Amino acid sequence: MAALEALWQAAVVLVGAVLVGLGYKGVDRKLAARMQGRIGPPLRQPFLDLGKLLVKETVVPRTAVRWVFSSMPFLAVIAAASVLLYIPVGPFGPVLARHGDLILILYLLAVPAVAMALGGFASGAPYAVVGAQRELVMLMSYEFPLAVVIVGLAWRVAGLGVGPAFSLATLAANPLWTQVGPLGVLGLAFLLLALLVVTPAELSKIPFDIPEAETEIAGGLMAEYSGVNLALFYLADALKTLAMAALVVVLFLPYGIAGPLGIGGLGGQILDLAFFFVKLLAVIFAAVTVVRVAFARFKVDQIARGFWLPLTAVALAGLLLLVLDKAVVG
Amino acid sequence: MKLTSFKRALWVFHVATGSCNGCDIEIVAALTPRYDVERFGIRLVGTPRHADVLLVTGTVTRPMAERLRRIYEQTPDPKAVVVVGGCGATSGVFYESYNVVGPVDEIIPVDVYVPGCPPRPEAIIDGVVKAVAKLERLEAGEKV
Repeated sequence: MAALEALWQAAVVLVGAVLVGLGYKGVDRKLAARMQGRIGPPLRQPFLDLGKLLVKETVVPRTAVRWVFSSMPFLAVIAAASVLLYIPVGPFGPVLARHGDLILILYLLAVPAVAMALGGFASGAPYAVVGAQRELVMLMSYEFPLAVVIVGLAWRVAGLGVGPAFSLATLAANPLWTQVGPLGVLGLAFLLLALLVVTPAELSKIPFDIPEAETEIAGGLMAEYSGVNLALFYLADALKTLAMAALVVVLFLPYGIAGPLGIGGLGGQILDLAFFFVKLLAVIFAAVTVVRVAFARFKVDQIARGFWLPLTAVALAGLLLLVLDKAVVG
Repeated sequence: MKLTSFKRALWVFHVATGSCNGCDIEIVAALTPRYDVERFGIRLVGTPRHADVLLVTGTVTRPMAERLRRIYEQTPDPKAVVVVGGCGATSGVFYESYNVVGPVDEIIPVDVYVPGCPPRPEAIIDGVVKAVAKLERLEAGEKV
């Protein structure tokens, strides 16, 4: 029975994630357009794009490695969707809570990027290969600060002695902001900043969209993808955006409003769920929409250096402050 | 095959086959906040593999003919071709030049011609929409 329950919960989460993910993509495009003084596409534009890509011809280039080229879009979607099954949705715990933790999510988040890079290498086109190399360079650049953020949080939660430190349910139930002293709050702010900078890189959005870079390498690793394969990557992008925003929310802002307002039962759960979606939108707006409107694309070496030196320093400073705070507060 | 989503989600690829840059600038003008083609779901993409509509500008010069044919073949079906500007439609002032093998319809099938030297952005947007209307009529089995 438990397996059956997990199955329908997973189905609800995944169908909901596809709808919300594509919907938020529409909101993101609309807001970006308004910030540029444009009217922008209708909110349902991502659904129309996806519907259109599904009726287009799916071309596999003659020079491509066929099985890698065609299987990578599926791998990207599956990996992005599975992340969502390990993340608590508002008041509800993760569907697969007992089967994986934060470390698994860290690896699953890297899979879509690797899948895109492999697909690019298998395309047999020079632009796609250049894009794939850039994707891997970027992956190697942002993984370290991301790991520092997650290790820092888990280490501090382990110090509280409230349960398995890497479990997302534990992290969501024990927001650290109120558990640490002033130094610790500063450290957490540093870690949050590092995570917010990693977010657009993880999602390959401007200013970190060097793997796709339409104006210089013609769509990069997506250059040879068309039709259903491209639709799958489009969907993977929407799901990954949602997963990354949900990760930020769960790690740093796991607060509900039903408790403080004193609303219990089903009404409270619905309210918390709605508040969770508002928080997701706020994170996407702050870390993706505003950033991609305000900045131009960085160069490869700027991204690699920027993540390895300043951002890693910020993340390590956050970690150090948390350690100092632990030593002071005890 | 249903083309209902096509109307509102067109991705265009721009092929310059030896134009003077006038038409190309007008295509870029259609993307600016003043005209904002994204509100109709039209997006400029970087590769023909993603494209639904090819915007072809310029008289086709001798070296570009083969490239134009290749780009047309690389675009996945269903697709439409819109010629932007007088040069692509009739060779314009380069008529009978030794290095011009155009107009475009000598090389690839064309669906819509947008005349003008250069055409206004409104005309280009209208041409793209007309190309899709033609695709839909073809799908419905009407003779065009």
